[in-house]
Amino acid sequence: MRINCPNCGERDRREFYYQGDALALTRPAPDAGPLAWNDYLHNRDNPAGDTKDLWFHEGGCGAWIVVERNTVTHAVHGTTLAHKVKR
Amino acid sequence: MGYSGFQVIKEGLFGQKGWKPVWRDPEPKAEYDAVIIGGGGHGLSTAYYLAKEHGLTNIAVLEKGYIGGGNVGRNTTIVRANYFLPGNSEFYSHSLKLWEGMEQDLNYNVMHSQRGLINLFHSDGQRDAFARRGNAMINQGDDAILLDTEGVRKHLPYLDFDNVRFPIYGGLYHPRGGTARHDAVAWGYARGADQRGVDIIQNCEVTGIDIEGGVVKGVQTTRGAIKAGKVGIVVAGRSGQVAAMAGMRLPIESHILQAFVTEGLKPVINHVVSFGMGHFYISQSDKGGLVFGGDLDFYSSYAARGNLPMKEHVMDAAMTLMPMIGKARVLRSWGGIMDMTPDGSPIIDKTPTEGLFIDCGWCYGGFKAVPGSGFSFAHLMATGNHHEPAAKFRLDRFRDGVGLMDEEGTGSQHNLH
Amino acid sequence: MRLQSPEKTVYFTFDGQRYQGVPGEPVSAALLANGVKLVARSFKYHRPRGIMSAGSEEQNALVTVGRGAQTEPNIRATTLEVSEGLEVFSQNAWPSLKYDVMAVNDLISPFLGAGFYYKTFMWPKSFWEKLYEPVIRRAAGLGGLSGKSNEDHYEKAFAFCDVLIIGGGPAGLMAALTAGRAGADVILTDEDTAMGGRLLREVEDIDGQPGAEWAADAVVELSAMDNVRLMTRTTVTGAYDQGTFGALERIAGPRRADKPLECFWRIVAKRSILCAGALERPIAFPDNDRPGIMMASAVRAYVNRWGVAPGKSVTIFANNDDAHRTAHDLAAAGIRIAALIDSRDDVQINGDFPIYTGGTVTATKGRHALESITIAHSGGTRDIRTDCLAMSGGWNPTVHLTCHMNGRPTWREDIASFVPTPDSISGMVAAGACNGSFSTAACLQEGADIAAVVATDLGLKPKVTVPVADDSTYRISPLWAVPGKGRKWIDFQNDVHVKDIKLAAQENFRSVEHMKRYTTQGMAPDQGKSSNVVALAVLADATGRGIPETGTTTFRPPYVPVSIASMGAGSQGKGFAPQRMTTSHKATVARGAPMIEAGLWYRPSYFPAPGETTWRQSCDREVGFVRNAVGVCDVSTLGKIDIQGPDVAALLDFVYCNTFSTLKVGRVRYGLMLRDDGHVMDDGTTARLDEQHFVMTTTTAAAGQVMRHLEFVLQALRPDLDARVISVTEQWAQFAVAGPRSRELLNTVLDQELTNDDWPFMACGEIGVAGVPGRLFRISFSGEHAYELAVPARYGESLFRMLTAQTEMLGGGPYGMEALNVLRIEKGFITHAEIHGRTTAFDIGMDRMVSLKKDCIGQAASRRPGLLDEDREQLVGLKPVGAVKQLTAGAHLFEKDADAVRINSQGYTTSVCYSPTLETNLALAFLQGGRARHGEVIKMVDHLRGLTAQVEVCDPVFFDQEGGRARG
Repeated sequence: MRINCPNCGERDRREFYYQGDALALTRPAPDAGPLAWNDYLHNRDNPAGDTKDLWFHEGGCGAWIVVERNTVTHAVHGTTLAHKVKR
Repeated sequence: MGYSGFQVIKEGLFGQKGWKPVWRDPEPKAEYDAVIIGGGGHGLSTAYYLAKEHGLTNIAVLEKGYIGGGNVGRNTTIVRANYFLPGNSEFYSHSLKLWEGMEQDLNYNVMHSQRGLINLFHSDGQRDAFARRGNAMINQGDDAILLDTEGVRKHLPYLDFDNVRFPIYGGLYHPRGGTARHDAVAWGYARGADQRGVDIIQNCEVTGIDIEGGVVKGVQTTRGAIKAGKVGIVVAGRSGQVAAMAGMRLPIESHILQAFVTEGLKPVINHVVSFGMGHFYISQSDKGGLVFGGDLDFYSSYAARGNLPMKEHVMDAAMTLMPMIGKARVLRSWGGIMDMTPDGSPIIDKTPTEGLFIDCGWCYGGFKAVPGSGFSFAHLMATGNHHEPAAKFRLDRFRDGVGLMDEEGTGSQHNLH
Repeated sequence: MRLQSPEKTVYFTFDGQRYQGVPGEPVSAALLANGVKLVARSFKYHRPRGIMSAGSEEQNALVTVGRGAQTEPNIRATTLEVSEGLEVFSQNAWPSLKYDVMAVNDLISPFLGAGFYYKTFMWPKSFWEKLYEPVIRRAAGLGGLSGKSNEDHYEKAFAFCDVLIIGGGPAGLMAALTAGRAGADVILTDEDTAMGGRLLREVEDIDGQPGAEWAADAVVELSAMDNVRLMTRTTVTGAYDQGTFGALERIAGPRRADKPLECFWRIVAKRSILCAGALERPIAFPDNDRPGIMMASAVRAYVNRWGVAPGKSVTIFANNDDAHRTAHDLAAAGIRIAALIDSRDDVQINGDFPIYTGGTVTATKGRHALESITIAHSGGTRDIRTDCLAMSGGWNPTVHLTCHMNGRPTWREDIASFVPTPDSISGMVAAGACNGSFSTAACLQEGADIAAVVATDLGLKPKVTVPVADDSTYRISPLWAVPGKGRKWIDFQNDVHVKDIKLAAQENFRSVEHMKRYTTQGMAPDQGKSSNVVALAVLADATGRGIPETGTTTFRPPYVPVSIASMGAGSQGKGFAPQRMTTSHKATVARGAPMIEAGLWYRPSYFPAPGETTWRQSCDREVGFVRNAVGVCDVSTLGKIDIQGPDVAALLDFVYCNTFSTLKVGRVRYGLMLRDDGHVMDDGTTARLDEQHFVMTTTTAAAGQVMRHLEFVLQALRPDLDARVISVTEQWAQFAVAGPRSRELLNTVLDQELTNDDWPFMACGEIGVAGVPGRLFRISFSGEHAYELAVPARYGESLFRMLTAQTEMLGGGPYGMEALNVLRIEKGFITHAEIHGRTTAFDIGMDRMVSLKKDCIGQAASRRPGLLDEDREQLVGLKPVGAVKQLTAGAHLFEKDADAVRINSQGYTTSVCYSPTLETNLALAFLQGGRARHGEVIKMVDHLRGLTAQVEVCDPVFFDQEGGRARG
């Protein structure tokens, strides 16, 4: 499996650390309440199909990357630096 | 028909003509008292125990493909009860007891082999953690023995004790741990359920769950609508999609776990060996193949196939731990879809919809749980009450933080358990 | 028998018997040349078996090679190259291949049908492990491992290319020529010892030149291209995501210590062209497994390529035209053809030998070698004496790689075979026989055409020129199993025959996956390469469905079995994980300190002194150094993260649960870091060197995790914060200098005098160390007056030597992990034994550190009711108060009189030590509601070590609770 790091170009999967769904970017306010926090920390859409998730180019440039990917085919559609998605 | 050595000989003499279907293939009825979505190990055992323990026989198991085609048919077949946190401890202990009587109960040889499991440790800190685990196992009434290096050497003389990257300080030995013939477990439960009147319906995909006023009414399937007063979702890696049919979002992320088998070899590994530092575990099947696996591929996936980095990591671990298996050749590798939860422990619970129940989140440890999960889930579905050994497997533990069972201590990131 | 006498021969042995062979030819050819028919025993019934094929798909001729640690089981004699002194052994037979006692299984085979073992061996219950299973296990398996550690060298490698061409037959060679000539970066692989594929094995011309010569010329041309890499003996084993492939290369030539036996390749290709050819499939007829019954194409291969006649009087049985070539080639080679039997009625066959159309083979005879066959044809039945039967049930395109990503092949009725479904693998196209195009002309054309399309896509300008070759049509009329009685083998390796499959269907194992799993069809070392299509055709027939509807099982990698040693190359011994060593490593080892693993790092356990015989003696002495004089310990393994920027204080406030923005420059603070799920991630001290410059320390274990976390916070959660983090763990060597005389020691090495006023407890700053700019932190993990002194890593070793020399002058010395652990337990300081991922700030008594005035990672979730429950297990200290003084870690805690069972367990011990300071054993533990239970006497039970002790619950800080020693 290969992922296109926006900084470094296409690299082998083994250079990356995987965290999970990109909803981690939308951290609730501290007082958002238990349901919002439960959704953030635990509940997942877990799609069988296109998804966006967070990868860390740990063995490379150190960028956190949002990867648009298909969980059934493993096709990678696009990658964006996480801080650009966030802004 | 009953299975026995006598029957095998009799059929052998008469050209095997008398063997009957192990289960029927009935047409789905319009209505059942309960339907189980998912004909895997857990779904089939749920149906079996609903019929056997609770007398519920007007039930159906709906399977989208062929029964036993999910994780029960693609795992490393390890059976153990070596958990240490309350909740898991009593559940797996109960499940192991069911394993120990399974063949006689089902009249089906699932080849449950209690050849012993050894979890290796490689530092004083790991020894202490395993001691806590072993003591918890004994507290629970299960068996555990703490081995030092020499104790491990006696059981596993072929490990590399001299050059291994992480020296072997000892192991936690669980003599009642072992393996079983995975497919046979699905077939045995299917046969047992079928004999008690359960309809096992293959090639029947559930496409919708009918809910009226917060109460479940039945399911829509590719073979028509089926009414049911109770519906149990037991679909492992597919839990997210099926739960979504009932408007639920689950604390589950689906991940790949790969496993491997070598060509047939004469007996060489007589235990189940688990090497935590390398995320590697291995046993030898009765056919002679070395069956082994490692950690998740770590990215969410429904592909049921993995990639090279984890394959290589598993082989790397094998080579550092037991370099005598270098010349064994990997015949086949495969992947399953693991329903990973935020604490690595499962869910057997009611849902907000009345009559709708869910059994999921087995992560990559579902095989050994097959009897216990079915037993406890059947209990919950039949009585509406949680079965004591599985009473802590609640959905709301994540929201409230009550009774989390994070055996790995890695926190709420699903893929780290 | 050899058709010509070879130029060069060598000797090898098979089961101890010496035979002559031609170097480089497959052992199977050499055995056939020597008239050896019986080479193996089958898996289940131990039936005598011979050589069946001439490739890696071989089902029967699996042998063991070599001796001792070099023993390799389950090697296909058909791919094993003959070399001088090669030792080959048969397997799965005892006492000998010829007289194998387990062949008794064959006699009782009526009782051992598919899945019989699921129905018996259940009584009595205890007999499974004691009797049945050991017997089954011993009988099962094929070859055996030596049990000795691998001594051979293996390698792994990466390769990259524009176009990977898999298979060097006519299609592959033509594709490589086309792509290579256009300038593409090409890798061409073939599992054979030479490129050419079937061109090396058939008699046919290309552009008027013998096929093998054309292939040799193509190889010459390709070899001259810098942009083309030719890899023979290389099997592409698996197709993975984004154009990644696994491939196994067998390294040619004699075994040498400095040369790998095999190399496992990870090949990354922009495009791939599958030219993997096709495999001939057998026909199921009674006793079709006798030694001497072979694939028709293999018979041709042995005759044409290796000049070996597999028999003296050959019969041919086929359902397609292709097998007729065998007759022609044998005739041309002067080998007697006893008969050609074609199952089709309507075929015209010419030849100077008996021809039976509409015929089938209905029986065979010969225990250890084929002697005769019985055929049925329109004119009746007939016995024919023959020592070699060449069979062909048609060809299966080698679609495997196209199905490695869940693709399913497509059934083509006209060739009665599955072909690849286009686009099953992104970037891969199939060409030639593996695509169902069987004629040489079609292979060449498709290879060229597809390579041209691929090259064009890559922006190149290819030219297509294709030589003239045979373009005869492949005609077949399916024949899967000959009707009638008898065992008709399908999966030769696992001994599955037609009746087994029918029984599976009868018992409702009708899904092809169920059939496979119930009968073990296709689960042998060849993964059903030759047999699966026949099996599912039989299943389709038994269940009244068509073949496409019945479907295939899943094709899984690897295409051929791959040694664990090759995929795990480099990891044996210490290679499994990096070894990290501190700058003081050498000096420490020189002092005789046993080194222990701390994550990837190595740290000293203790520093033995003359006369000491146990680690405890050393440890107690080292603890004494720190408590009474001064000790030195390398703490460089702790994670060190340099953090700078205008918003650095805001960042720390966000990642630590306590506040750092209020920390003054020149001061250090202890910080507790939570995960966002509210549990403790890590702890450590962070120093403020300047207004916008902090240095964070993490635990050794969590350094990587914390670094990743900080980057996550900065990039993904709070990109508004202007701060940068960088790991400097390896850039700084850091030493703890601890004990009442620590200042005195430091004053011998520092460029300025330390005073308590300038350097109070928790002060930090830059300082010169023998002229080197360093950093000093007045922090303590021992509870003593202590410092940590850091210098750039290149000065680490000399600083360690200086410090240890000086400390010994002051009555102290270096201390190791054992003493460090005792010192911190005496003070109730936690490590990952306590913050093991399930503990909260509340559990360790630090809940008040979780500031509610600001948002921080973990704050919200740490307020969940379950994480603040008073009944949670809380950190306590334990001291023995009964007769048993020993305490152990991992023991469970119970009320004094309670039974030691799960429901009564109230906690567990995490860390224990003997405290030479307090002269007692101590334990840190988690105990339900523990903070309110100080003074209570409870019971510690360690079943595993047979220990029960009465312990008193106390504060986890056992020593100097006021903390005066660290401040003073």
